[in-house]
Amino acid sequence: MLELRNIYKTFNAGTINEKRALKNVSLTLEDGDFVTVIGGNGAGKSTMLNAIAGVWPVDEGQIIIDGQDVTKLPEHKRAALLGRVFQDPMNGTAATMGIEENLALALRRGQSRTLRAGIKGNEREAYKKLLSTLGLGLEDRLTSKVGLLSGGQRQALTLLMATLKKPKLLLLDEHTAALDPKTAAKVLETTDMIVNRDRLTTLMITHNMKDAIMHGNRLIMMMDGNIILDIRGEEKKKLTVEDLLRKFEEVSGEQFASDKALLG
Amino acid sequence: MNIMNLVNALPGAVAQGLIWGIMAIGVYITFRILDIADMTVDGTLCTGAAVCIMMMQSGQNVWISMAVAIVAGMMAGLMTGLLHTFMGIPAILSGILTQLGLYSINLKIMGKANQAINVDKFDLLVSLRYIKNVSFFENTIFIVAAVIVLLILVLYWFFGTELGCSLRATGCNDKMARAQGINTDFSRVLALMLANGLVALAGSMLGQYQGFADINMGRGAIVIGLAAIIIGEAVFGKVFRNFGFKLLGAVLGSIIYYFVLQIVIWLGIDTDLLKLLSAVVVAIFLAVPYWKGRYFSKPVKRGGNH
Repeated sequence: MLELRNIYKTFNAGTINEKRALKNVSLTLEDGDFVTVIGGNGAGKSTMLNAIAGVWPVDEGQIIIDGQDVTKLPEHKRAALLGRVFQDPMNGTAATMGIEENLALALRRGQSRTLRAGIKGNEREAYKKLLSTLGLGLEDRLTSKVGLLSGGQRQALTLLMATLKKPKLLLLDEHTAALDPKTAAKVLETTDMIVNRDRLTTLMITHNMKDAIMHGNRLIMMMDGNIILDIRGEEKKKLTVEDLLRKFEEVSGEQFASDKALLG
Repeated sequence: MNIMNLVNALPGAVAQGLIWGIMAIGVYITFRILDIADMTVDGTLCTGAAVCIMMMQSGQNVWISMAVAIVAGMMAGLMTGLLHTFMGIPAILSGILTQLGLYSINLKIMGKANQAINVDKFDLLVSLRYIKNVSFFENTIFIVAAVIVLLILVLYWFFGTELGCSLRATGCNDKMARAQGINTDFSRVLALMLANGLVALAGSMLGQYQGFADINMGRGAIVIGLAAIIIGEAVFGKVFRNFGFKLLGAVLGSIIYYFVLQIVIWLGIDTDLLKLLSAVVVAIFLAVPYWKGRYFSKPVKRGGNH
């Protein structure tokens, strides 16, 4: 479903701030894979997701989604294949527009925007039904401005928007990191529900090792612009935090330093 | 200070306020929907007037002249849009560059710094002579008001379409817009073209109304447009929630602006100081929301745990 071939990306090349963010990253995701991504700050997790999403062009390498080479496609064209949820709840929705208007924008992802009505009457019923699956009471607030919603509500809505038109690949960039633990757990639950329901191929970055182990069928760890661990199948099912830390030390030869990743 | 002088000046103030109201609608599209202060409009206003008057002088029909003026304005918007998106120049600077370039273009269109058009010799749509002692349907105030109602209806419809919604999403959150497959560069260019087309339309009407186009007629136009928007929001913000009414609010704000201007003139204040006054008023009104947030904010509890 997704294939990254030898991706390189360097920021601020040739300056004192030069940062080689991705160094020869290759990754293949099978159809229906739910992959969790962990790694410390600056490991290249978000950079990898942004490379896939096309936020900027990569320096070298090839990105193939669902058999289509998208390496040269601009961000808004790749969006037809992708669903995205960001770390900052403010980023995924349009605050000054209503809940239904946001959903209507998402329903038209990948289509050309014409002079037809931005939202049709019969869409509303479908939105209501969908919103009610979140259990947040949003189904009664279709016309409320999204800016009035809490961070957790906005992330749940963004999840719905990202998956309203079934994406070839769902990209979750630490989408629960800005939420309180209770809300984060609820949004993760919703994530599992949607991913399982639609059998979505998913890449989920998290700071939390426990979450990375509990969710998905495959786990990759990044460090210093490389993928250093790739655990799947039975091994992934039996994985514990201690296993993961030991493996990390074996592979990298250093202690895992981030308390946040341990305790998060 | 005869009060009748002021009363007599008021219909003119309404007519001017309405014409500038069209321009305020254009500024609303860039300033409020796209979140860009588009400096192009200072040049586009004159472009609209210059194109319209030169075409009419050469014997063209008033409607065709105004239509071409609108297209010319849209080209100016296209230029600013390309400078901003294709060439990566910040929006404000893109507008300033286009505006500066338009100064020369406007001079070339007119051949000199100003061009007059005689209301007795040409069949004008609007004029300051058509305010009193003409039939209702020929009255400039009626005609401009009708144009505005039509514009607001069309814009209300447009910003409810898929394309219009994508423009609004771009202005609100361009990261989200791109993630939803919206070409935000295209949205920006289109909105700038739309806005400058409207401003050129206002310019073409203003030129007819005052009977001439002048190279300096657009100076500070953006400030008047912003003033109209924020006066409208300050006065009608609580009652006008609907998008169409918000546009109407900008038009009414523009009328209020010209009312106040007439009163200031009537009071005998040095008219050289008017632009300074406008600048101060707009600066203060723009600062109010900032001050409110910074110095008078009460801690607000955000709802819900979810």
